[in-house]
Amino acid sequence: MNFAVLQFPASNCDQDAIHAIRDVLGHSARYVWHKENSLGDADAVIVPGGFSYGDYLRCGAIARFSPVMQAVKQFADNGGLVIGICNGFQVLTEAGLLPGALVRNRDLKFHCEHIFLKTDTTDSPFTNKIPEGKILKLPIAHGEGCYFADEEMLTKLKANNQILWQYCDAEGNLTDAANPNGSLLNIAGICNERRNVAGLMPHPERASEEILGSADGRSIFESVFAALEKKTTAKAA
Amino acid sequence: MKAKIIITPQKAVVDPQGKTVQSALEQMGYKGVAAVHVGKYIEIDLAPGTDKAAAQQALNDAAHKFLSNPIIEDYKLEIE
Repeated sequence: MNFAVLQFPASNCDQDAIHAIRDVLGHSARYVWHKENSLGDADAVIVPGGFSYGDYLRCGAIARFSPVMQAVKQFADNGGLVIGICNGFQVLTEAGLLPGALVRNRDLKFHCEHIFLKTDTTDSPFTNKIPEGKILKLPIAHGEGCYFADEEMLTKLKANNQILWQYCDAEGNLTDAANPNGSLLNIAGICNERRNVAGLMPHPERASEEILGSADGRSIFESVFAALEKKTTAKAA
Repeated sequence: MKAKIIITPQKAVVDPQGKTVQSALEQMGYKGVAAVHVGKYIEIDLAPGTDKAAAQQALNDAAHKFLSNPIIEDYKLEIE
């Protein structure tokens, strides 16, 4: 499978994403510079973490207008799989590819720590390989990861099963203490209604090897591989 | 001619910056502060001879699409 990993000025998790996909999981991945107009033969797109355009104006606000994002929008409109991690999640919400917005953490602090995640549904290309009931341990590193959407949108997210991950404690309880940034409903990651675009604040690419303290992030990428394989098989048949 | 755009967080959005500034003001002894909202101010110098009505329309569009995020923010645009 070919992954396109976007690079904006001040992306800083692009190399981690390439390393996880290529070196750890054995698939192919290449960088796509923000000025490019095409994603080439990519099967899936990763919008990586970082501080694109210095987080000027709002996180992700400027990146969304870069040429490559037009290609990503078209790719997503055609059903292509897109996952935004951390700043990538912010870019996708700013671009309107995912609903809601990410605002300043409620305690105004930058949180760099491991958190626990509950996966709400395995019915998505991003969660299908996550063992039922397994609590994931992943790192976060953000100052503006507090998920916000209005009541109407939250109701819709719940009704459509679009909430993929929620912050929880080690036992899987959705407590306020386990919520690092004040996100509504402890939301850590969501997908769009069509379920082909997802975003999350935690970093699965930084948790793909035991030596890094957790390999739980692998199951998210393995879910994407499985979804792509299913797609390829369906096309061939 | 200058365009002035004031961007403020919507009431429904938690504004921890505003709350922190408010409690600092209270600690400093300033009385009667009911609420503080921290936003952004953007000033745009318009080229000489710019048509005011056209600029108003274009900047409203830019403010809605780019300068503010309508999901979490409100804006006010003034051209003078």
